[in-house]
Amino acid sequence: MSTTEIEALIREGLPDATVRVVDQVGDGNHFQAVVVSPQFAGRQLVERHQLVYRSLKGAMADRIHALSIKAYTPEEWARQ
Amino acid sequence: MPRNIMDEIRDEIDANKVLVYMKGTPSFPMCGFSATTVEVLRQTGYPFAHVNILEDQDKREAIKAFSNWPTIPQVYVAGKFVGGCDIIQELHASGELQTLLKSAFAEAESATAKA
Repeated sequence: MSTTEIEALIREGLPDATVRVVDQVGDGNHFQAVVVSPQFAGRQLVERHQLVYRSLKGAMADRIHALSIKAYTPEEWARQ
Repeated sequence: MPRNIMDEIRDEIDANKVLVYMKGTPSFPMCGFSATTVEVLRQTGYPFAHVNILEDQDKREAIKAFSNWPTIPQVYVAGKFVGGCDIIQELHASGELQTLLKSAFAEAESATAKA
């Protein structure tokens, strides 16, 4: 899968999110997603990541080998 | 009787204060994420148990459904799913993991003291 495909899936699942996916080592297998969404407010990390995983619709099972997720609210992101 | 993997998982999680479902073992992790997770848990100084899901293909799939989480490793503390490698690292960096483990083990001690 490409970074643009993964970004598109996350945006589709979380339309209000700002999404950036990078291929961490350039092998098309190890990705990192930074997702910033107001929907994360008041949610624990587990729930935030579950929202991102849900948007990937099962791609984690086979099409994506490794995806590291950073999930922030816009306020948290502004402090980064 | 057919195997009830969900019950097995529930029992394992309840029987261990800290349990990590991982690929390989703490001495021989078979995946970078499992290795990192074990390293973080070691740094906390608290003991933890592990289940090597590479030895049990049925459990490897079942644990993903159990927690609604598509990846391994998975860390459970005091019966509750805490997260995978990213979350464990974040919680460790913020100090929350230490607090969580401290209270999990403190509860265990006070329960023993009462009994």
